[in-house]
Amino acid sequence: MARAVSTRRKLTFTLIGWAVGLLVFFPVLWTILTSFKTELDAIALPPKWIFFDWTLENYATVQERSNYFRFMTNSIIIALGSTALGLIFAIPAAWAMAFSPTPRTKDVLLWMLSTKMLPAVGVLIPIYLIFRDWGLLDSRIGLVVVLFLINLPIMVWMLYTYFKEIPGEILEAARMDGASLWKEITHVLAPMSVPGIASTVLLSVILAWNEAFWTLNLTTSNAAPLTTFIASYSSPQGNFYAKLSAASTLAIAPMLILGWFSQKQLVRGLTFGAVK
Amino acid sequence: MATLQTKSAARMMMAPAVIALLIWMIVPLSLTLYFSTLNYNLFNPAETPFIGLMNYKFFLSDPAFLTALRNTLALVAGVLVITVGGGILLALLLDQEFYGVTIVRLLVIAPFFVMPTVAALVWKNMMMNPVYGVIGQFLNWVGIGAIDWFSNAPLTAIIIIVAWQWLPFATLILLTALQSLSEEQKEAAEMDGAGALSIFWYITLPHMARAITVVILIQTIFLLSIFAEIYVTTSGGPGLQTTNIPYLVYSQALLQFDVGGASAGGVVAVVLANIVAFFLVRLIGKNLDA
Amino acid sequence: MGNITLDKVSKSFGATNVIQSVDLDIEDGEFVVFVGPSGCGKSTLLRLIAGLEDVTSGRIMIDGTDATGLAPAKRRLSMVFQSYALYPHMSVRQNIAFPLKMAGDDRAVIDRKVGDAARILNLTDYLDRKPRQLSGGQRQRVAIGRAIVREPEAFLFDEPLSNLDAALRVNMRLEISELHQQLKTTMIYVTHDQVEAMTMADKIVVLSAGRIEQVGSPLDLYKRPANRFVAGFIGSPKMNFVEGSEAGRYGAAVIGIRPEHLAISTTEGAWRGTVGVSEQLGSDTFLHVHVDGIDTITARTGGEVVLDHGDTVFLTPQPDKIHKFDAQGMAIR
Repeated sequence: MARAVSTRRKLTFTLIGWAVGLLVFFPVLWTILTSFKTELDAIALPPKWIFFDWTLENYATVQERSNYFRFMTNSIIIALGSTALGLIFAIPAAWAMAFSPTPRTKDVLLWMLSTKMLPAVGVLIPIYLIFRDWGLLDSRIGLVVVLFLINLPIMVWMLYTYFKEIPGEILEAARMDGASLWKEITHVLAPMSVPGIASTVLLSVILAWNEAFWTLNLTTSNAAPLTTFIASYSSPQGNFYAKLSAASTLAIAPMLILGWFSQKQLVRGLTFGAVK
Repeated sequence: MATLQTKSAARMMMAPAVIALLIWMIVPLSLTLYFSTLNYNLFNPAETPFIGLMNYKFFLSDPAFLTALRNTLALVAGVLVITVGGGILLALLLDQEFYGVTIVRLLVIAPFFVMPTVAALVWKNMMMNPVYGVIGQFLNWVGIGAIDWFSNAPLTAIIIIVAWQWLPFATLILLTALQSLSEEQKEAAEMDGAGALSIFWYITLPHMARAITVVILIQTIFLLSIFAEIYVTTSGGPGLQTTNIPYLVYSQALLQFDVGGASAGGVVAVVLANIVAFFLVRLIGKNLDA
Repeated sequence: MGNITLDKVSKSFGATNVIQSVDLDIEDGEFVVFVGPSGCGKSTLLRLIAGLEDVTSGRIMIDGTDATGLAPAKRRLSMVFQSYALYPHMSVRQNIAFPLKMAGDDRAVIDRKVGDAARILNLTDYLDRKPRQLSGGQRQRVAIGRAIVREPEAFLFDEPLSNLDAALRVNMRLEISELHQQLKTTMIYVTHDQVEAMTMADKIVVLSAGRIEQVGSPLDLYKRPANRFVAGFIGSPKMNFVEGSEAGRYGAAVIGIRPEHLAISTTEGAWRGTVGVSEQLGSDTFLHVHVDGIDTITARTGGEVVLDHGDTVFLTPQPDKIHKFDAQGMAIR
């Protein structure tokens, strides 16, 4: 039984809670606000909080000058492509480990996990050279493959922990009812684990979208996603706060929304089931 | 338990993922090992003589390596202290009942979803710029005076940025652990005469111990390879003040085109990460049995 | 036709032999119950018949043909699982229709068969609900419905009632027996509850440690247990066993006497003892008597008998109901 909390205590924590919450969120909030300012208002001293002339011109400028939506499209293709590829590989693997475990299953799972711990710089050079030789530098397909491989262990793990919660008897029932392996997965397992699969997809998309090692090192312009595009603001010319803010807001907004939906599952995915 | 048919089917289903990861791990890693024994420069790719462990000798005795190692460790330690400490406090706060707690929770976790390049640039320009940055203006207003973060305390600046990004992760995991503590346990402690502080020290904190370990280990893995934040803010500088091992390897490979030396650095990074990974894998493996 | 024959069937998981060379004939239309303590291998034996596990050696014949290597779906058997194993994302109708859909039946045929099954099982009003909206007993009926629509050679039940509360369990027991009368299909039913076994079975197979201890009709097992294990397992309260010199007088290493076969007197009898706990059920009273020189003996008597803790009583076994066992625990006939 939860106990009744005194109103005074509750009000005190409301005050503290909101103050801390807004403090942590402030950089994001400030970015969003600044994106609607003119460049002059963006660097006004003292800062203008909400009483400024709201404008959408930054968004228009960002698109005009840099063809923003091409980078956005690249981000979408890379995030969705690597996730789709990941699902195709991860669902069967997680099925096998969850429902037909062998004494080695645990080792395989831990080994997959350990590939995730390989620091990217350890393999940067060979991957870079292979990509150069195969003409995969600055190509979407190359990035899709790399991000798919990077996120595959997390996807397998996450699906595995979800599948583990499905009683094996249900799959056996399907087998008795005459379902083939394919139908067992498509008619019984997949529909039963829609929430698990959905959160796996969300997490994978978020991680791929925000990935900023391989995207920075393997792309320059054609296949460059938003991470690379935003990085180009690091050597700015002239007034640029408002435009940086507009570009940033567009880049982070989709993930903020997806992330807020998947916050619970995030814990499971990122701790490999060690904390549920 | 299953039949031979399902077992062989299971092996078939696992094969693609296992093979893909195996290739992904073994091919580049062995190439890195191989390159690390060559005198291989992209300016002169035709001649790549075998030079044994010379690259390691150069890399490890390069003063830049020691600086980078120190920076890497400072970065990891600084971020861990802030995120674990702050994460515990935030988790305790978000575990309370108050108006709008769900919205506050969303606000607190938001930084985690901000892409690293955005986080770094927003902080560098709009927060930490000594003239126009919000922090500088705040410090001016309270009378301390603005700090030029990226000239005077560049590593601290990067620690702050990275800590801001990882604070939600620690908070979320610690909060999850906190919420799995049964109310009855706390009530039992209260019946036994424990005060709020004793309950936190003797009940809550031990209950979170495992989650804290997980946070530390997983964050360490990721923090050891921090790259984008440095790349877009300081490019490792001024001087080598913010160069960590990943950035050092990157600059050696793609800025100085020294493939051999960079490969040796990559191997060193792998070894460092493996020390942490060893403990993490054991911890998670234990959890699998439970 | 649904006769099933097990020919020297063995199963081992690694080094542990879970089933050891089991031979068994199950006639078409029989209601066979596998009973035994937990871990005796009864569920494994059922899963071997179902094809959910491979036999290590031996053969399984279904309807005269060798089914040992067949996939579960090809054996024309239906199974009702302990957890019911309903598909949570499908309605009751879709659950029952699933095996027919997998078999590729026509829509019209599926609708008719599902309708029939629902009528038999009183599920017509629930067809469009999801499993989670049903009570335990209704879920059980859906699981049975899914099993009967396939018109299988035999039904396999794996402890189907163990998740139900006591009252519902009695009801479902009757319903399953009733269903067997209607369908006259072979049923193999696994339980650890000997009351279920006694009340439902045509033939009981008592298992222990992967071996068949005895096969027979319920009354057969009750009256003529082949060994001490079966004697102790069948019957409630349990049979009393007496060892030592008292058994020696009957020319046996151990004698067994059921609580209901002891005459009770306050004045005279073969064994003198004092009353310990007496459990009064209304219809019966179970007396736990500390008999001098023997042990605690349970005796069953009418509900009206009132004896208090510490009272002296005399127990006399009915001579023709005494079971005699040799030193190996085998019955002496």
